[in-house]
Amino acid sequence: MEAADLERAINQVAAKLAPGATGASDLRRLSGGASQETWSILANTPSGDVPLILRRRPDSPTGSGNAVPLATEAALIRAAAARGAPVPTVPYVFQEADGVGEAYVMGKVEGETLGSRIVRNEAFAAIRPKLAAQCGAVLAQIHAIPLEGLPEVAHSSALVELEKYEAVYRGCGAERPIIEAALVHLKRHAPALERQTLVHGDFRNGNLMIHPEDGLRAVLDWELAHLGDPAEDLGWICVNSWRFGNHAKPVGGFGDYSQLLDAYEAAGGTPIALERVKYWQMLGSMKWGIMCMTMYLSFANGADPSVERAMIGRRTSETEIDLITLLEAVA
Amino acid sequence: MIEQPTALELVDAVIGFIETRAAPQLKDRDVFLARVAVNALLTLRREIEHGAAAEASATARLQDLMGEEGDFASLNTALCQAIREGTIDITAPALLAHMRASIIDQVQIDQPNYSGLKAALAGG
Repeated sequence: MEAADLERAINQVAAKLAPGATGASDLRRLSGGASQETWSILANTPSGDVPLILRRRPDSPTGSGNAVPLATEAALIRAAAARGAPVPTVPYVFQEADGVGEAYVMGKVEGETLGSRIVRNEAFAAIRPKLAAQCGAVLAQIHAIPLEGLPEVAHSSALVELEKYEAVYRGCGAERPIIEAALVHLKRHAPALERQTLVHGDFRNGNLMIHPEDGLRAVLDWELAHLGDPAEDLGWICVNSWRFGNHAKPVGGFGDYSQLLDAYEAAGGTPIALERVKYWQMLGSMKWGIMCMTMYLSFANGADPSVERAMIGRRTSETEIDLITLLEAVA
Repeated sequence: MIEQPTALELVDAVIGFIETRAAPQLKDRDVFLARVAVNALLTLRREIEHGAAAEASATARLQDLMGEEGDFASLNTALCQAIREGTIDITAPALLAHMRASIIDQVQIDQPNYSGLKAALAGG
């Protein structure tokens, strides 16, 4: 769908985007993942323009088959908002008759999502020490979202994740001893699913809108949400791949385990043992390593011939060096 | 092998062309992709310099670990199978030492600035 046609279709329902809106303008493409498009647009109201973000499924989506439908994503964001978690507003989910495709609009939130800037830039120096605790508190809110009334999402557990990613790894035809050893260790120590909650599924530095003064302003990218072990979210944000060079700060490159866990508990989260978080961190490193392999495969099979897809295959070794450090620590 | 130019000189010539001639004329995503292309060539450069030595050390360690002769590929396949089937203990110091040495060499080729490499080197 061309941008002009898309803007025309959005204009037909402009009144739904913001109170008093009479039109929509300045549609601009921000990024285009294989499974998701992001656009900026202005809703024109008598009191001024309201900046909004449009999330839309491409006309021929490729990529992650794990993504929830966008209407589900919107419903989850609204459920998180009802629980008090910082998320963007979702003024409107497009209907089929609107001719916009599978899409919704959300309010624009000011801040930064680029992990390297959040970890390094001077502008975030004052807020950085508070971010891990904010993440812990917000995860407690997300994990307290009542499951009744939520749209259908996948169920998962450590063993389900391992089975899924082992199959992907075997399908790549790779033979990597560290991945093999991590699979053995993770299967042997897989925690039982004692308590099932909504899991964000991609809660990490990079998907969090961080403001230099207020810190965590919005949790973004809900497309991998599912029901599962709440410790999965706490482990994922500690994966070294999201520390952007600041290895000494396990939580997102900005905080410590104790800050994350203490704030989680203080905000009403059921206490989670550090060992369980570290288990999910190891599973997360392995998962990211295998995801890098599959992105390389899209180069190898010709689906995406870019040099970027080729080179990402050389990032699996990063996760393996993290895995060997973690494996040695528990040996 | 012919050494006028060497493989490394050819790689350096292409890196120089991308950085000084091509990249300044690009815009948007192609600027990013040119940077990735240079990184790919730098990885290739490191692999030309250190790849053969890394594989030779890995093969020697694998022969000790598995107690058999063979080339890197067949011994590595045998090791993966042994780990999978549980015939080698994943906490065995000799196995961990082999995997650690191999991945340090690999990351030094792939991403020498990665923080996990520094952490692994600091950890002994």
